Amino acid sequence: MSKKKLWSLAVLLVLTLSTILAACSSGDDDNANGDNGGDSSKPKILVFGRGGDSVSLDPATVTDGESFKVTKNVFETLVNFGDQDTEIHPGLAKEWEASDDGLTYTFTLNEGIKFHDGTDFNADAVVFNFDRWANGSGEDFYYYSSMFGGYKGDEGHVIDSVTADGDYKVVFKLKRPQAPFLKNIAMSPFAIASPAAVEEKGEAFGDNPVGTGPFKFVEWKRNDSITIEKNEDYWQDGLPKLDKVIFRSIPDNSARLNALTTGEIDLADGVNPADGATVESNDELQLFERPSMNVGYLGLTSTRPPFDNKLVRQAINHAIDKQAIVDAFFEGRAEVAKNPMPPVIGGYNDDIPGYDYDPAKAKELLAEAGFPDGFEMDLWAMPVPRPYMPDGQKVAEAMQKNLADVGIKANIVSYEWATYLEKARNGEADAFLLGWTGDNGDADNFIYVLLDKDNIGSNNYSYYSNDELHDILIEAQSTVDEDARNDLYMQAQEIIFDDAPWVPIAHSTPLLAGRADITGFLPHPTGSDKLETVDFE
Amino acid sequence: MLHYIGRRLLQLIPVLLGMTFVVFMIIRAIPGDPAQVILGQQATKEAIESLRAKLGLDNPWYVQYFDYLKGLFTGDLGESLRTKVPVQDEIWQYLSATLELSLFAIIIAVIIGVNAGIISAWFQNSWFDYTAMILALVGVSMPIFWLGLMLQWVFGIQLDILPTTGREEVRDPVQAVTGLYVIDIFMTGRLDQLGTVLKHLVLPGIALATIPMAIIARMTRSSMLEVMRSDYVRTARAKGQKMFWVVYKHALKNAIIPVLTVIGLQMGLLLGGAILTETIFGWPGIGRYIYEAINFRDYPVIQSGILVVAFIFVMINLLIDLLYSLIDPRIKYD
Repeated sequence: MSKKKLWSLAVLLVLTLSTILAACSSGDDDNANGDNGGDSSKPKILVFGRGGDSVSLDPATVTDGESFKVTKNVFETLVNFGDQDTEIHPGLAKEWEASDDGLTYTFTLNEGIKFHDGTDFNADAVVFNFDRWANGSGEDFYYYSSMFGGYKGDEGHVIDSVTADGDYKVVFKLKRPQAPFLKNIAMSPFAIASPAAVEEKGEAFGDNPVGTGPFKFVEWKRNDSITIEKNEDYWQDGLPKLDKVIFRSIPDNSARLNALTTGEIDLADGVNPADGATVESNDELQLFERPSMNVGYLGLTSTRPPFDNKLVRQAINHAIDKQAIVDAFFEGRAEVAKNPMPPVIGGYNDDIPGYDYDPAKAKELLAEAGFPDGFEMDLWAMPVPRPYMPDGQKVAEAMQKNLADVGIKANIVSYEWATYLEKARNGEADAFLLGWTGDNGDADNFIYVLLDKDNIGSNNYSYYSNDELHDILIEAQSTVDEDARNDLYMQAQEIIFDDAPWVPIAHSTPLLAGRADITGFLPHPTGSDKLETVDFE
Repeated sequence: MLHYIGRRLLQLIPVLLGMTFVVFMIIRAIPGDPAQVILGQQATKEAIESLRAKLGLDNPWYVQYFDYLKGLFTGDLGESLRTKVPVQDEIWQYLSATLELSLFAIIIAVIIGVNAGIISAWFQNSWFDYTAMILALVGVSMPIFWLGLMLQWVFGIQLDILPTTGREEVRDPVQAVTGLYVIDIFMTGRLDQLGTVLKHLVLPGIALATIPMAIIARMTRSSMLEVMRSDYVRTARAKGQKMFWVVYKHALKNAIIPVLTVIGLQMGLLLGGAILTETIFGWPGIGRYIYEAINFRDYPVIQSGILVVAFIFVMINLLIDLLYSLIDPRIKYD
């Protein structure tokens, strides 16, 4: 009797559940497996899955890559980087002229461009934006002070004045020549915003961005999605091709790839190197490689004994099998590094031989340095995956073995990421894994920032200091002639090679994956991609 | 009763106040500087210092703490150091996402957990009992991370019947009114979205429900076993009452009190412990909000986020305590 009741209850439960499920599956989300391309009446919507949310959509105030990924498509800069490199091309400015002394730049602007709020883009708008940044205080506009040496009135401030000459000409006067000036101007944080909107929105501009770009801002659901839609009045004919782009945050790399496989998203950023093969074997997906503009390295703090000894640093360079590390942990999707900057950067010195993997030589050097029996050291491994280092822990373990082979006992140390950076910056590490992704594709942004004595306590985590190098780098900063400048960086790399403050490990190729029918997507080395030419087949 | 509620609410004040202090001190004891993290690896020393000054982080801790308290008493939860958005403006949107998910999960956990526990106790030592308890053991010990990815793989990729991430189909977004999407689609009249929203709840809901479900099942089983051995159950059965009624009416009523306690605790844990589920399923909830704030040393967000979650936790427990006396009138609070 009671059993009968139980059974009827069970049947009832199953029935209810299946009804709910049936109701669910009839739900209208057919376009989840979207067929946006074929049917021209359907809006073309691209869902871009990424690891994190933006901080703000006012590009001048932020420093994080996730913010720029969105603003790159809402705003435009005076000059642009190339599709997949950091060469300079026209943007909002159709042409420009630099004076011979490198102190005056005159930009001629494209006419007839309107901001999304309907106001005109003109020389006054450019002046307004640069004035806004130059009058910044504290850290409102971090990149402005970092690229142009401070704010108005600061001693190091490079930009003397920005003035309008008529409606469509802007003149920049510099206090001293700045070689990477155009590359700086092309960076996302220096995109031109609508003056009317900036004034009207004030602090809230970051939530209501207004630019001239191919897409207009629609909606932001924090930590979830940001929607931008086609700018119907975009000044470049036939662009953008998509009707809408939705940026979704899915923090976990594997979950993001799952969402791509099920069609919930169309494009996924941050694909694990290990998943590259999975994507390639799936007919419905394609793999994109982002051109490398980074370096992953093992920094050797050159103020801490025994790393104050050049021979020891060279020995460690010989002891580590970089090729094996790249093969094992980057799945071969990286180039073994020999210089502190990747080969795409102008001034790269390909004549540097690099330290080959040679444990015998390493032992010899150690003996010469007075450590025939090796020594004990701490090896810091980063706790989080970075584009330039997919798995710090495992790389550290491989290095530990390499070092043990030459008699050095390395203890792996790790801290939570924020702590790791702070302690490494304070010079508390013997040797630490770290890396760098370039901002503007200039050699200065790698070598000076990472290895000049000026940046000790800042980005020169290895506390490496060399006066000869310093002089060369400072000279290069104000050399406008490209060839002469490249020569200087070539010399700089020779000095660094000899001093060996780092073990450069790899220039990685970050991976993205997308639906097979996506066309026109060109991942950019800076990490923020323009989506106006993207389309579905 | 009202008197009791009033007293409990008054007790809340020192508890929450003490908590603000503990949380405040703990997050400042973790190394790592918000200014450094906000400006990133690229930042210069001067930049960091000037940002610290701007954020008021160079003030002594007690000044910062009293500023924070002063804000709290005027209803100001502070402003995110990173996004500069006032916490009170955005916290509901995360909280509602987590509430919806947690409520869904706790409903699944209670329905399945309580029934599995009852049936296990009823048919003690049967195959059902053994299977359910083994499953419960597996459920408790299964890492959510792994379970989440497995659910995505099976139901999303292999069977292709359920979405794997997010709260909605982003190409056809739900218009938020209350933040609880299941309610919002009724309010906006978009009933066609009901299926989509429910479907999005299923996988994260199951992942989140697994552990409480298992705990509730085990608790129910042992509590029921105890009650079923008692005299009045034997009497009821001797009087010829149907087993179903004996179990679900007489026994359950007495067995449910300890189960309720567990449910209350689990609900609180769900709120705070949803971080992993929210990360795996790209769910924009409060767990992830606080977790990311911790990574970025976003002090005001951490402080206020934890405070709000703690407040809800305490309220749930108060509610559960009140439920006791509803179920068992012998329990009195006055």
